[in-house]
This record gives sequence, C-alpha cells and structure tokens, in this order.
Amino acid sequence: MIHLAASPLAAIRRHAAEAFPDECCGIMGGSAADGVKRVEAVVRLPNGRTDSSHNRYFAPAEAIRQAEADLRARGLEVIGFYHSHPNAPAEPSAYDLEQATWPWLSYLIVSVQGGRPRGATSWTLADDRSGFVPEAISFGLPAERED
Amino acid sequence: MATKVLIPTALRPYTGRKEAVDIEAATVGELLERLTTEYAELKRHLYGEDGKLRNFVNIYLNDEDVRYLKNMNTPLKGGEVLSIIPSIAGGALRRPARHTG
Repeated sequence: MIHLAASPLAAIRRHAAEAFPDECCGIMGGSAADGVKRVEAVVRLPNGRTDSSHNRYFAPAEAIRQAEADLRARGLEVIGFYHSHPNAPAEPSAYDLEQATWPWLSYLIVSVQGGRPRGATSWTLADDRSGFVPEAISFGLPAERED
Repeated sequence: MATKVLIPTALRPYTGRKEAVDIEAATVGELLERLTTEYAELKRHLYGEDGKLRNFVNIYLNDEDVRYLKNMNTPLKGGEVLSIIPSIAGGALRRPARHTG
C-alpha cells in the first residue's frame, strides 16, 4: 500500500496539469515500514523525450541521482516514480511495462483529460517481471492538507 | 580493500534489506558479478535475458557514470563508492499492459 497525503498528491496533479499536453514524471520520496510506503516529498524530473513528449517520458540517471541525494539529505528514500498519461487512462501501457525496470518501487500514473488531472492509480512490477500488480492507495485525511 | 556498494531501495528486498555491502573486486564488472552471485535474486532485476545490464540500470563509481570511464572494465582500487542508479521511461499508449492483479 502507498499512502499519499493531500499535499504530495496535489503537487503531482499540479505537475501533470502544467505539463499537459505533454507527459510529466517525477520521484516520490518518503519512507516505508510494515508494508506501507508514505509519500512525504515530490521531486519533479525533466522529461527527456522531447521527440514524443505527449506520449513518452524518460528521466535520465543524473537527474535521479541528484534528486536521490537531496532526498537522502532530508532523511527520505526514493519510494516510487510518477508520470502522467495525457488524454489516456491511468493504466500502465504495454510500453510502460516494457520499460519498467525496478521492483518494489511504486509506479503512480495520473490521467489528465483535456488539461485536468483525473484519477490516479499505483502499480508495482511483479517480482517475476511479468506484469504490473495494482497497489492500493490510501489518500490522506483533510487534516494532513498543507496547502 | 573493498568497494562500498550502495543498494537502492528498489533492490533492498533482495539484499536482506542491507543499504550497502562491501565487496572486493578488481573491476566494476567483477564486482557486479560477485554482488549478483552473493545475492542471486538481484541478477534478474539488473540483467536482461541477453546477459547485459538492463537499459535503465546505471552504475556510478563515486560521481562518475562508468560508461564514461571504462564501463565494466573500470578498475577498482578499493575505498570507492559504487552506486546503482535508476533511470526511468514509459508513456501512454492505447494498448494496456498485462497486469496480474
């Protein structure tokens, strides 16, 4: 399960809306204990797929390395990545699966329809790498809202 | 003298939750070979079926991507820090992926 409080969720949705009609991507930083990941920070990553940024994304290692170091300095870990699907459902595509490399991490997908962020889903890569497994999202209580 | 390997969160389930392991090796390639021998479950996540490192697995020696050094032949003296850094890619296509849940 991944716990997404109101503030990081809002930050992801805002990024997805701003990037529209292109895809956006970023890192979810936080902590994990007893099978629950808690997202405590969101770091935007550049989309390196300038040739087809409306339906592809690529985030280079150097940007991730820097973000990971910044998170670690704040006592946080990389617990997942997010990206948006402009005018497409919040379902992993065959291309998402083909490119997915990392077990355990959460792959959060936000659908953006006509510039407005809609539903979000989260997935993890199956241990045998055969497909994505849906991951439950617990959304934060209103009391956790910071913005 | 050993090289310290920093294990990213994604791979810690396969190293007994260790955040770092020390391995002695003469080259980066030899170090990865030893790492995936000691923690055999790491192998399928780091290497593709062709036996090569997966596209989005990046190996840094201290602050340098080993692709800009001598890649797997990069020599190790010991005392360095080797990091396994993810890169990511994907994107929306109409055809949904198979999922297991």
